[in-house]
Amino acid sequence: MMEIIQERLKEACASGKPLVIRAGGSKDWYGEAISGAVLDVSAHRGIVSYEPGELVLTAKCGTPLAEIEALLDAHGQMLGFEPPHFSPASTLGGTLACGFSGPRRPYAGSARDFVLGMDILDGGGRHLKFGGQVIKNVAGYDVSRLMVGALGTLGVLLQASLKVLPRPQAELTLQFECDEAEAIRRANEWAGQPLPLSATAWLSGLQSVRLAGARSAVAAAHRKLGGEINEHGEEFWTGVRNHGAAFFADGAPLWRLSLPSATPPLGLPGKQLIAWGGAERWLKSDAAAAEIRARAAAHGGHATLYAGDKRGGVFHPLPEALLKYQQRLKQQFDPRGILNPGRMYP
Amino acid sequence: MIANETVRRLQAILPPHCLLLAREDVKPFETDGLTAYRNTPDAVALPETEEQVRQVLAVCFDTGTPVVFRGAGTGLSGGALPVDGAVLLAMTKFSRILAVDPLARTARVQPGVRNLAISEAAAAYGLYYAPDPSSQIACSIGGNVAENSGGVHCLKYGLTVHNVLAVRALTIEGEELVIGQGALDAPGYDLLALMTGSEGMLAVILEITVKLLPKPERAQVILAAFDEVARGGAAVGAIISGGVLPAGLEMMDKLALEAAEAFVHAGYPLDAEAILLVEVDGTQEEVSEDVMRVRDILLAAGATEVRTAKDEAEAKKFWAGRKAAFPAVGRLSPDYYCMDGTIPRKTLPAVLRRIAELSQAYELPVANVFHAGDGNLHPLILYDANQPGATAKAERLGADILELCVAHGGTITGEHGVGLEKIDQMCVQFTAAELQAFHGVKACFDPAGLLNPGKAVPTLQRCAEYGAMHVQGGALPFPELPRF
Repeated sequence: MMEIIQERLKEACASGKPLVIRAGGSKDWYGEAISGAVLDVSAHRGIVSYEPGELVLTAKCGTPLAEIEALLDAHGQMLGFEPPHFSPASTLGGTLACGFSGPRRPYAGSARDFVLGMDILDGGGRHLKFGGQVIKNVAGYDVSRLMVGALGTLGVLLQASLKVLPRPQAELTLQFECDEAEAIRRANEWAGQPLPLSATAWLSGLQSVRLAGARSAVAAAHRKLGGEINEHGEEFWTGVRNHGAAFFADGAPLWRLSLPSATPPLGLPGKQLIAWGGAERWLKSDAAAAEIRARAAAHGGHATLYAGDKRGGVFHPLPEALLKYQQRLKQQFDPRGILNPGRMYP
Repeated sequence: MIANETVRRLQAILPPHCLLLAREDVKPFETDGLTAYRNTPDAVALPETEEQVRQVLAVCFDTGTPVVFRGAGTGLSGGALPVDGAVLLAMTKFSRILAVDPLARTARVQPGVRNLAISEAAAAYGLYYAPDPSSQIACSIGGNVAENSGGVHCLKYGLTVHNVLAVRALTIEGEELVIGQGALDAPGYDLLALMTGSEGMLAVILEITVKLLPKPERAQVILAAFDEVARGGAAVGAIISGGVLPAGLEMMDKLALEAAEAFVHAGYPLDAEAILLVEVDGTQEEVSEDVMRVRDILLAAGATEVRTAKDEAEAKKFWAGRKAAFPAVGRLSPDYYCMDGTIPRKTLPAVLRRIAELSQAYELPVANVFHAGDGNLHPLILYDANQPGATAKAERLGADILELCVAHGGTITGEHGVGLEKIDQMCVQFTAAELQAFHGVKACFDPAGLLNPGKAVPTLQRCAEYGAMHVQGGALPFPELPRF
């Protein structure tokens, strides 16, 4: 299968015709719209190795997340970054290419944090391996983590090794009524204390917090924090993680604002779901793109359009200096410009 | 030799106390933590302002003068070793903690701030900076970013790359890059990952924002003895697959533990072939549960003895032996050479067996200290540099050990960096195409190749020459290259 992908890349390289890399197709809507011949990599799938005692799993990038998580679950382990499944077809490669992480991210780490190594095909069809299967590795530039969130514009992701985590013994979701400002403040205060936090969310005047860890530690934190137990906690977090919650359902444009966690309420019109202890704010709003971006940038953050009119751009514009070096990197890894050109930045 | 014209222009920018040229002044900068390598620098710049840094880089860019960056100079791979004809740019005077934000749990610091100083500044808020390389009392955070430094708590808390939120850096072309600003991600490619561990090859770091964590409520240390190294290794796997994620998990072999015991009297069992130190941390309740689980697992894995530190003093004693392992081994021999390979944990018994064979063949003793949780092995090769040829022999043994790590699916460096020391072993770990990709990344940020030349990534010619001496399994590495 790798050889077939490699062949397609070499052809595209010769002809200069761009390719649209695709596996499960569950995130086709993400990023700038692009056109080109589809390079279907979904058949490059399968778990290559998994050693629970090493906390390391290696899989081909077309492997569905669900398959990986089922195997981990059977051994009492999990993907620490709790990636979203936007459909059952969501794959490891697509998740890493988008750099998506779920509710556990601020407390456990992001998709890129858990990547230990990657095999890619660059724009010339060369098979390159970076990083490895070990947790500590500083040989060479960290190209495998550079691939995370690059939306396939620097290489076709073939295979990845990930650090995995033991699944917590117990989980409990608590709820508190409070306004936005208080929810942000409290989430930050809690995170500064040795509490077994694994997720927070604020929506419509209700703050939810998930505790995870040893049974006794979860119980002790519950005693300390108080709050109402949400008996449907698991369902609630799945809704936040996979965007299945009712909040995401209406037709208004959906923005993701990534901000320093203690940023006070932004006062933008629309409704919000605040996750990641205040660092990730989902906004359903008809406000102008420029206003949303300016407000996020004023606090050291950035805004990405998830759903809505893309004519104003999907990603936060980059300062000139950053754009220059990013374009040079693109030129290095994909000199012919055949890998998802324009999906991220021009 | 650095050009007079360059020196004149540097003198116009920097006040005399910020530019060292006299031999007796530059001599202390001839080496970093890898003291076997020395090279007296031609000029040492010690700027005090960002504007001076910018101007020094501009002069170097203009005149085609190479630049080597240096932090506290504690690096162990020769990354800050002076290069002939280069300016050594030391960032030590940038030593201010600019802001600690207890609510957002971040610290914004200059690159010359010492690693430990960050935790000290954060302590008042019950917070700390997690990565703790053994040199943390002296090493600078800028150097930590350059090397992606680790420490003894990486399995649970990650390396530098997992604990840095943002950097501001300056390229040799004079472009200032603001990479991240305190949010958990930034738009565009992940340049933060690329800068971290780039060994001074891409840009100079001006400012760093690090993540601070709440200090765990409690930590507890368990010591286990094994009559066989392999049993200890298996116990580590059993703890981790048993669902416990220890904060620290350290192993020492017989030679290392004997040396440590003789040095600091940590109370280690001297009849053991290996000992394991397990630190669990978290809330009171978590730690109590984890201690019980770890004890059970260790006993089931065949530990001959399991001791839980009865109080803080004893826990400190257990750790003191491990932390003093390097100097303790240093007492056994006039010199030692510390290696830094990482291997998948399950290969530990095979790797240690082979290291013992190599040690015999080279007639040089090797003590092994192992960050068992993350597979990072530090074999310490004992030798006497005053014996003719001994240093070269120790280096050859070291190279063989690193290549052994690669052969077992590991890497040549877990946390010390490639620098100049392991540059030849890069040829063993990576293909020509991969090395070319690294050179391509370098060229994006430093097209003229002025930053730290000759370090971190070998030229293909160098590999061809090295490869000619190391034909493995009958296959000539880099067959596509012309031989000169």
